[in-house]
Amino acid sequence: MTEGMTAERDTGAAATARRLLEIANLKVHFRTDDGWVRAVDGVSLGVDRGETLGVVGESGCGKTVTAMTVLKLIAMPPGKIVDGTIHWQGRDIVPLTPAEMRSIRSKEIGIVFQEPMTSLNPVYTVGEQIAETLRLHEGLGKRAAMDRAAEMLKLVHIPNPSRRVNDYPHQFSGGMRQRVMIAMALSCSPKLLIADEPTTALDVTIQAQILEIMVEMKERLGMAVMLITHAMGVVAETAQRVVVMYAGKVAEEAPVGELFANPRHPYTQGLIRSIPRIDTAATHKVRLEAIPGSVPSLLDPPKGCRFAARCRFVMPECLDAQPPLREVSPGHKVACIL
Amino acid sequence: MTQYVLRRLLIAIPSLLGISVILFTVLALAPGDPFEELATNPAVPPDVRAALRASLGLDDPVHVRYFNWLFAMLRGDWGYSFVSRIDVDDLILQRLPTTLIVIGSSQILALMIALPVGVYAATRPYSIFDQIANTLAFIGFSLPTFFTGILFILFFSIYLDWLPFVYRSDIPGSGLPWFWEHVKQSIMPIAVLGLFQGAAWTRFVRSAVLDVIRLDYVTTARAKGLAERVITIKHVMRNALIPVVTLVALSMPAVFGGAIVTEQIFRVPGIGSLLITAILANDTPVIMAVTFVVSILVILFNLLADVLYGWLDPRISYR
Repeated sequence: MTEGMTAERDTGAAATARRLLEIANLKVHFRTDDGWVRAVDGVSLGVDRGETLGVVGESGCGKTVTAMTVLKLIAMPPGKIVDGTIHWQGRDIVPLTPAEMRSIRSKEIGIVFQEPMTSLNPVYTVGEQIAETLRLHEGLGKRAAMDRAAEMLKLVHIPNPSRRVNDYPHQFSGGMRQRVMIAMALSCSPKLLIADEPTTALDVTIQAQILEIMVEMKERLGMAVMLITHAMGVVAETAQRVVVMYAGKVAEEAPVGELFANPRHPYTQGLIRSIPRIDTAATHKVRLEAIPGSVPSLLDPPKGCRFAARCRFVMPECLDAQPPLREVSPGHKVACIL
Repeated sequence: MTQYVLRRLLIAIPSLLGISVILFTVLALAPGDPFEELATNPAVPPDVRAALRASLGLDDPVHVRYFNWLFAMLRGDWGYSFVSRIDVDDLILQRLPTTLIVIGSSQILALMIALPVGVYAATRPYSIFDQIANTLAFIGFSLPTFFTGILFILFFSIYLDWLPFVYRSDIPGSGLPWFWEHVKQSIMPIAVLGLFQGAAWTRFVRSAVLDVIRLDYVTTARAKGLAERVITIKHVMRNALIPVVTLVALSMPAVFGGAIVTEQIFRVPGIGSLLITAILANDTPVIMAVTFVVSILVILFNLLADVLYGWLDPRISYR
């Protein structure tokens, strides 16, 4: 009896230690002229040490806002964290002061954005921009920081790093700039990298290279990755666990294999069916399936399930109340009554 | 860089030649004649007048007169003022420093107002500070300098009797009291010009900063963990200054134009008032020289802006 309880407590403590980031019931709303937009409305998700969590969903589902809120990079106002907690290594960062947040940014959590073309400051060399982070968090001198910046460029496979470190962003292509952004985000060896659609703005061939670099860097530095994307294929290749978001809420959460093999939420099923498949395309002349309808307005979301209006299995009780996230098998949670 | 500046200076030569041709032609076509006074003076016989005109080359065709003027200029002979009866270059050297000090100080004052106020207002849009700054800026650049100038004279010179309203370049004495007198008489013209320009630039700086502040790389800077002050100065201002430099350089001709009006109001003996007197007296060599000097200054300011531009923005290369 006592033994069993100790064992249970131990696994509980181990789970907490493994958990790097724990977002619970996060609500981020934005004030507009028309009222409050509930961009993120009760999202719970966690990232373990060293894992890659894929966060998928279509544009406007709240995945970027969730990611930006972890570093408190959303503009407040108009944005506001209405409710919920964000525990980073056991500490809630929602009440932290701006100065305390600054010591977490880049040092403990790095972030890469969607648009490499506009994410770098055009008037400083890429080396200066990477060195800036190193000088701030690692206390390096000018020379040492520039040397480390060149090393970082080498790690992300930029050819001729010691010369390229003195080049300006406009002298780099989009893919190369995204490598610079990754080098910058990882320069202080953070424990978590948030990648907000890092490949969306890039050519398909470059996308694969960038993902490869991210996987390689993850292994080398032993960090966790929160990969935000709308491409199911990207998730299948890189993530261990997946969170599917829809209209500001989590629709489904599962290990990657389980999600693709046994999707429970009709929205997830729709997403998987909408992936173009090259192997069957030649033999079966099937049209690519799209999910009919569009995302509900987050100004005044429906009372019931937010996917009900587009769901092929909709039932009367779906319209009454939002189905809670329930565990259907270990690690597999779904917000659907089916 | 040095090569670029040299090349730009060489390109300035044809521009200046073009400007001089236009100025000379316009002045030749303009009504009025420096000899009008002699023409109406009964004491001067017509044949003497004709001989004088011929000896000064006034009856030559325009292009002959232009080339005479041009070759004289190239030799460093700027001509002789019909009215003041001294060499034009001496006259300009007397007047130019006053104008440069007044205009230079007023532009520095304008920048010292516009940069901090515009940047601070933009980092807190729609705050109380922003609204007050915006209102004052709107009032400031809506009021023409000839109106505020007279208002200043009425208030500070006549009502309060703190500042002199006539600018004197020949203040006797030396040392600190002499310097203080100069400062006192410069305050109003500098303030009137500087506040007007500062008001216009504040609005421009504010919108330039607002344009930059919402760009992605500012979010990147924030994600690095930099303090807001560092982000504003290092990442926002450096980029926002690029369009401001263009505006400042482009407004230089207007500033010289405005200075002419202000110099008239405050009786500042600068080249602006020299130009007005010369125009009223048909003193062609002086008009020609003053407009030419102003053209050179405008071209120099444009060159300075281009150099600054390249220094601020690495995407522009000196080629």
